[in-house]
Amino acid sequence: MRKQIWRLVPVALMLFLLSGCLGEENLTALDPKGPAAQWIYDNMLLSIAVMTFVSIVVFVIFFLVIFKFRRKDGDDVLPKQVHGNTAMEITWTVIPIILLIILFIPTVTGTFDFHVNADPSEHEDAVYIKVTGHQYWWQFDYEEGFTAGQEVYIPAGEDVVFELNAEDVIHSFWVPALGGKIDNIPGVTNALTLNADEPGVYKGKCAELCGPSHALMDFKVIALERDEYDAWVEDMLAVEQEATAANAEAGYEAFQENACISCHAIGGQGMATGPALTNFGDRQTLAGVYDIDDDELLKEWIRDPQSLKQGNNMPAHPDISDEDLDAIVEYLRSLQVRGADQEY
Amino acid sequence: MASYKKEKSVIWDWLTTVDHKKLGIMYLIAGTLFFVKAGLMAVFMRIQLMFPENTFLSGQTFNEFITMHGTIMLFLAATPLLFGFMNYFIPLQIGARDVAFPFVNALGFWIFMSGGLLLSLSWFFGGGPDAGWTAYVPLSLNENQLGLDFYVLGLQVSGIGTLISAINFLVTIINMRAPGMTMMRLPLFVWTSFVTSTLILFAFTPLAAGLALLMLERIFDAQFFNPTAGGNVVIWQHIFWIFGHPEVYILVLPAFGIISEVIPAFSRKRLFGYTAMVFATMIIAFLGFMVWAHHMFTVGIGPVANSIFAIATMTIAVPTGIKIFNWLFTMWGGKITFNTSMLFASSFVPTFVLGGVTGVMLAMAPVDYLYHDTYFVVAHFHYIIVGGIVFALFAGLFYWYPKMFNHKLNEKMGKWFFVLFTIGFHLTFFIQHFLGLMGMPRRVYTYLGGQGLDDFNLISTVGTFFMSAAVILLVINIIYSAFKGERVIGINDPWDARTLEWATPTPVPEYNFAQTPQIRSLDPLFYEKVHGDGTMKPAEPVGDIHMPNGSILPLIISIGLFFGGFGLIMLEMDNPIVSPWIVLAVGAVLTFGSMALRSINDDHGYHIPKSVVQADLKKWGGGK
Ligand code: HEM
Ligand SMILES: [Cu+2]
Repeated sequence: MRKQIWRLVPVALMLFLLSGCLGEENLTALDPKGPAAQWIYDNMLLSIAVMTFVSIVVFVIFFLVIFKFRRKDGDDVLPKQVHGNTAMEITWTVIPIILLIILFIPTVTGTFDFHVNADPSEHEDAVYIKVTGHQYWWQFDYEEGFTAGQEVYIPAGEDVVFELNAEDVIHSFWVPALGGKIDNIPGVTNALTLNADEPGVYKGKCAELCGPSHALMDFKVIALERDEYDAWVEDMLAVEQEATAANAEAGYEAFQENACISCHAIGGQGMATGPALTNFGDRQTLAGVYDIDDDELLKEWIRDPQSLKQGNNMPAHPDISDEDLDAIVEYLRSLQVRGADQEY
Repeated sequence: MASYKKEKSVIWDWLTTVDHKKLGIMYLIAGTLFFVKAGLMAVFMRIQLMFPENTFLSGQTFNEFITMHGTIMLFLAATPLLFGFMNYFIPLQIGARDVAFPFVNALGFWIFMSGGLLLSLSWFFGGGPDAGWTAYVPLSLNENQLGLDFYVLGLQVSGIGTLISAINFLVTIINMRAPGMTMMRLPLFVWTSFVTSTLILFAFTPLAAGLALLMLERIFDAQFFNPTAGGNVVIWQHIFWIFGHPEVYILVLPAFGIISEVIPAFSRKRLFGYTAMVFATMIIAFLGFMVWAHHMFTVGIGPVANSIFAIATMTIAVPTGIKIFNWLFTMWGGKITFNTSMLFASSFVPTFVLGGVTGVMLAMAPVDYLYHDTYFVVAHFHYIIVGGIVFALFAGLFYWYPKMFNHKLNEKMGKWFFVLFTIGFHLTFFIQHFLGLMGMPRRVYTYLGGQGLDDFNLISTVGTFFMSAAVILLVINIIYSAFKGERVIGINDPWDARTLEWATPTPVPEYNFAQTPQIRSLDPLFYEKVHGDGTMKPAEPVGDIHMPNGSILPLIISIGLFFGGFGLIMLEMDNPIVSPWIVLAVGAVLTFGSMALRSINDDHGYHIPKSVVQADLKKWGGGK
């Protein structure tokens, strides 16, 4: 019958999945890349196994019933009227309870294991990074005293504790391939530990509705080998914007004149009401989502950020001259702390 | 006392009616309109998500659509559709002539409507609310978004209507049962409506309090939630979910009730394990109140709280499982007729299980850190809401339609409708489980290409086209059947069913039962078919029947509340055309004036004389 056909849809889908269609690497949670994600994945499989068993029992009874007990035309014999059956009722109360106990155990142990205290003094030997969610970008403050925006660098193979906070509304910090999410809430301090098995770029997303551009609030976690990471920290600390500006002096001037610096910090200088641009030249994406190599897009962003990210808080610069714009773009591209040969 | 037959215009009659049957139909019509509206928004959202980086809707519009879609579906579509059936059938199923307070019943409907219209008005004042149906603060404190004021006041007003209707149902079921209709003989639909009404009583009160706080903060600058002024953001989430979680059970329990009526009727068997079903309903309702924080596992309420709420949540699977197996074993050994109603009712069982098992998966708190706020959750709750509640509504619609409208819906179209809708439903939502796991957050208006999300999103959208086609077919069916459908006038019991509503004549007279029936068993009509002559034994002689008069006051009171709400919203507008205080005053005068009028004006109703009842009895048969 038609019903059987649509019952095949889940099966077809499972095959589809098994054939490797799991989503993009370093984004999907179906291909975990860290211990937290792995634990979650394993326990998801456990619960799927238990729940598949339950579903199969129900489906088998269901199909038996609908095929066996159809009323034939003209059959007016009244079926036996049964009240119920206490033994059966007890069975289908007890068995689910047993199944649930199987799931209770990892639920409770996992809940306690994943809980991290947000007190930095308890994590002195781990990398401790403060994450602040803003409409619609991410700020990362390192213990060493510098700030990064949109892309957070971590050492691979080590526990990294993220302290989670928000500036304006609630956001939620989620890197599917590395682990679960925890909310960034104004006035509340939460924490989350992630660990990337291998160096690589992992995609992160905001998971809590935070306004019109919520969908565009992506970020990256960039895991480096420990020595590379240490070098990166050194470089971030060493940035002196005059030195960086040496080969893009006109751009540096224009950056100051158009008051970009009143929101965007470079190295130790400037305000931080917008994303720090210290290492903008190393970025993988513009505004978290757009093609970073497209000069025209970058210019459009500076002239009219609203057109690319509705509702964001960067003011438009419609009157900025073309020369200034070219110079600023050149200057921004020069803001690199990692060598051009280091690629991810 | 007024004389019996008074000629009134049709419109005036419907505006003033206090007849539970007419109000039931009005709820159904209102619910259907809102359902179509919110459904269209869903289709538009899915069109936007059909391709990566689509520009059909902007982020702002999309957020207004998700908010209105969710809010309307839950408060203004599912609730009134269920209330429609409850209004129409609770009195019939318990052998009553009406609900306990017919005037209050009409008032509940009109207040509900005026709240719904107030909410809808937001489109004409700068756009709908945009903070999700959960309206989480601080996002929902956005001063520039007038739509949120409409959300707060629209829901506040319509919530009052829902609350007083629920109280009315409670009193009706406790007080108005026919002789012999003990609590443990109540049809399951009445039982679940009873428990749902209790849930409304305890859940809509915290909602009202929460909305009042939000209103004070938005309109009168209080600082309950603003963290920079010492407020607490998380408090709103607790208040919201203390209401919001039971809300799901408010909708799903009557759906369970409908399923428990349809499956026995078309299996020709009594409900398996009636007592267990009743107690399972109560346990589900009780646990439904204890699990609200499972919506907040990622908020950071601590491992102890997370563990407790996780375990409490999973426990709900036990009474729900009891129900599932009882339904299956009701069909077991039966003689099942698969008409459209039964197709929906029987496939409800496995579909709901698919939504239920993901519910248990979500309850594992540390694993929920993955699922929360992703498309996995969207898939889960649509399996419950569409695969559960909407399937049950369709089953109930095809089942009860002949009693309400005196003709059947066309079966052939009905079956096509079932097939199209089911295919579309699974195409749309099954695949969304995977989208969530593959990294797609919910409430996103777009996604980038090349992230492995494109194909599944396309399939999901195609599924909505199937569902839309199905709903169009249902509308055609309704129109077609109105002209060509199989008439059942004079046929009281077209399905050979078991419960008391089928003992009333078709069309149902305004007094329902010429003589209150004597109830001798569970499934009273079936009992009389087997042990008696197939008609109910009367519990009283034929006599004059006392009926309440219609009244326009409920409508006027509601209009007053509408103006009151609108006046408060106008306080937030930049240049209102009239002073908000005038609008508020007009609203207060209308509402309180009508209430005063109602209090001082004695209205004893009227009597339908014995002779008319006897003539009806002769015409429709039955009685002694
Ligand atoms: C039948 C076809 C339906 C379709 C195609 C549909 C589609 C959608 C979509 C696309 C969303 C937004 C998902 C997101 O990004 O979070 C959504 C959310 C939602 N839907 Fe549906 N939906 C349908 C029916 C229903 C019904 C019948 C109900 C309830 C009675 C319902 C209740 C909700 C709720 C509560 C939300 C969440 C809104 C929010 O996040 O504020 N939906 N739906
Ligand atoms: Cu965000």
